[in-house]
Amino acid sequence: MAWEPHIFKDLHQLPREEHVFPGTPLCAGCGGLESLRLASKVLGSHVVYINAAGCFTNLAIFPFTPLDASWLYTTMGSAPAGAQGVRDALDVLIAKGRLPKEEDVNVVVVAGDGSTYDMALSSTSGAITRKLNFYYFCYDNEAYGNTGVQLSPATPYGARTTTSPCTVQHPAGTMQEKKDIFEIWRAHKPPYMATVSPRFPLDLEEKFARAATYQGPKLFLAFAACPTGWLFDPAYTPDVARLAVESGIWPLKEAINGEVVHTYMPKLSPVEDYLKLQGRFQHLFEPTVQTDAISHIQGRVNAYWEQVKRADNRS
Amino acid sequence: MNQTNQMMMTGNRAAAWGARLADVDYVPAFPITPQTEIVETLSSWCDNGTLNARFVTLDSEHSMMTAAGAAAATGARVFTATSSQGLLQAFEVLYTVAGWRVPLVLVNVSRALASPITLEPDHNDVLAARDSGFIQIHAETCQEVVDSILMAYRIAEDPRVCLPVMVNLDGFYLSFTREPVIVPEPHMVQAFLPPFRPAHLGFRASAPHALGTAVLGGATYSYFRYQIHLASLNALHVHTEAAVEFERLCGRRYDVVEGYRLDDAEDVLVMTNAFASKGKGAVDVARAEGRRVGLLRLRMIRPWPADAIRHALQGRRAVAVLDQNLSPGQGGILFQEIAACLYHEALRPRALCSFIGGLGGKNLSEGEFRAIFEQTAEAGIRGKGIGPVLLYTEAEHREMQQLQYLAHELKTGR
Repeated sequence: MAWEPHIFKDLHQLPREEHVFPGTPLCAGCGGLESLRLASKVLGSHVVYINAAGCFTNLAIFPFTPLDASWLYTTMGSAPAGAQGVRDALDVLIAKGRLPKEEDVNVVVVAGDGSTYDMALSSTSGAITRKLNFYYFCYDNEAYGNTGVQLSPATPYGARTTTSPCTVQHPAGTMQEKKDIFEIWRAHKPPYMATVSPRFPLDLEEKFARAATYQGPKLFLAFAACPTGWLFDPAYTPDVARLAVESGIWPLKEAINGEVVHTYMPKLSPVEDYLKLQGRFQHLFEPTVQTDAISHIQGRVNAYWEQVKRADNRS
Repeated sequence: MNQTNQMMMTGNRAAAWGARLADVDYVPAFPITPQTEIVETLSSWCDNGTLNARFVTLDSEHSMMTAAGAAAATGARVFTATSSQGLLQAFEVLYTVAGWRVPLVLVNVSRALASPITLEPDHNDVLAARDSGFIQIHAETCQEVVDSILMAYRIAEDPRVCLPVMVNLDGFYLSFTREPVIVPEPHMVQAFLPPFRPAHLGFRASAPHALGTAVLGGATYSYFRYQIHLASLNALHVHTEAAVEFERLCGRRYDVVEGYRLDDAEDVLVMTNAFASKGKGAVDVARAEGRRVGLLRLRMIRPWPADAIRHALQGRRAVAVLDQNLSPGQGGILFQEIAACLYHEALRPRALCSFIGGLGGKNLSEGEFRAIFEQTAEAGIRGKGIGPVLLYTEAEHREMQQLQYLAHELKTGR
């Protein structure tokens, strides 16, 4: 049975109110920021964002912040532990009558893929295991972006970064496969987790609204098309974000108590359409077309969706 | 003095009592030898309702310190404890939470650092954190551990300070040694330590604010770092106020430094922590033999009590600093700091001597203390200091040779 939104069925239903205001120091066309802006429409302003070192650390530079919510910058490796401390302290202070209940805030980790996929894995795993009631928002731009686009465990096969360049030994650039953080999270069985793309705002809003009904860890992996790191004109962010989904490279899905449901069935357009838009994949097409590398990427995508189809047929 | 609530307890249990009396709200924890008894004790007290606080085991000390700082930033009174490798694992976060200006108390149970990995104490762990912005109080006895934790909260939460405080005690020698401890009456503690109700901390729906934000440029950065330094210096005065009030309520007095038989001492030995008790014993022995020696124990390491140290050491013939730590390629860490603060003293001692001892819990024998006093006296007469002298007895050397012989034999079969 196809996944149906219950709350957000029409773009007119998107909340008009903004909680991430313009004028941030982030790059033009940042897909991660667009995801956060959309997410905040559901999260609201009664939030404390717990930040890990990364691009979004630039959101709060003394004395400015574009948010109407609170902010705590921690470290690259321990934002979920910061969330633990804040959530626990809020609970204790409310229980002891030192903080009125109406002053309570949602605790939201905001971290990039570098922190999420590797360095903060220990503190994230710990927080999920402890059933911490918090949101985790990962803006995944598939590289260490803030330091100038180096290979991260989220970098996909075939992408070029400054530390996985296209060379004679490695003509495809990045040789590793993108780490499957979704499945690592899912092994912890959190009550809610989802992937989102800013080009699918109804899907995104619906997921944040659904997540709000669950106590415990609520994890979001947001596709963060990155003009600076992926080498495309900022005007194309919506196209890159759309083609990532339509090509099947970025599946939109959610998992409630570990049960995976795909929330959008992509057209499965050829991966070339997505790859060609970005400078980080240009070496796969020029000066010669690296057919093997491209079909490797297409093969991985096909295998993923065949597996989804098999699972759907079984159920 | 009411002696009814005197109990025998270990240094670790004394630390747990300090947290209990301070009525902390939150204890993020991670086990590590020799600190573990502290979190075990607090865990059971939180569980059975003796202490109305939330106890959470984190996934690492790095996470533990982050949770501790974040909870304090939210407005809770926070206690946590670690040792050695744990303190180093949390190292990045020590600087971070000090920069947040959150008043929490961290007990460090000193243990020597790897490699080689070991369990017994020296002070390379706690002194590595001396530049983090934490205030540091080093305790000699189990009684001082309880009392120092109460003083630590009062100092940390003082609006003139707003910095985290580290209370240090020696692993094994204090952590697992039972001593009689007078547990302060709760009403005395309430009079001494007002409830934690910070106006400037907390994340509230009605009043969003940002903490730990990035800065652009050295001038903004320097401003905030200078503020930490000035606040830390304020802790010297705030400590004295707290000491006066603590003495009035509980009858025990703690100053930033403690002098032992200093009055007519020609030569002074400087020490810290539990081994200072051995040093005091050695002073008594040397006095009985006719040597005019005394001991200065440093209790507060950060802020550095330069005036109190100068006052205690001016006009002495010679000063020996016994560092239970080693900065390889340099020597004793506290020796350097003592030397630096005596440089401008007109009546500075004729000789400064540096001794390294007690690393990894190595014993300090009577013979070693005798050698220290003899060599320090000679240096004072000569007017030229010595060191760093690496203390090692002949018996220890023989034992080590035996181990090396065995290692060789086991490896080669010969």
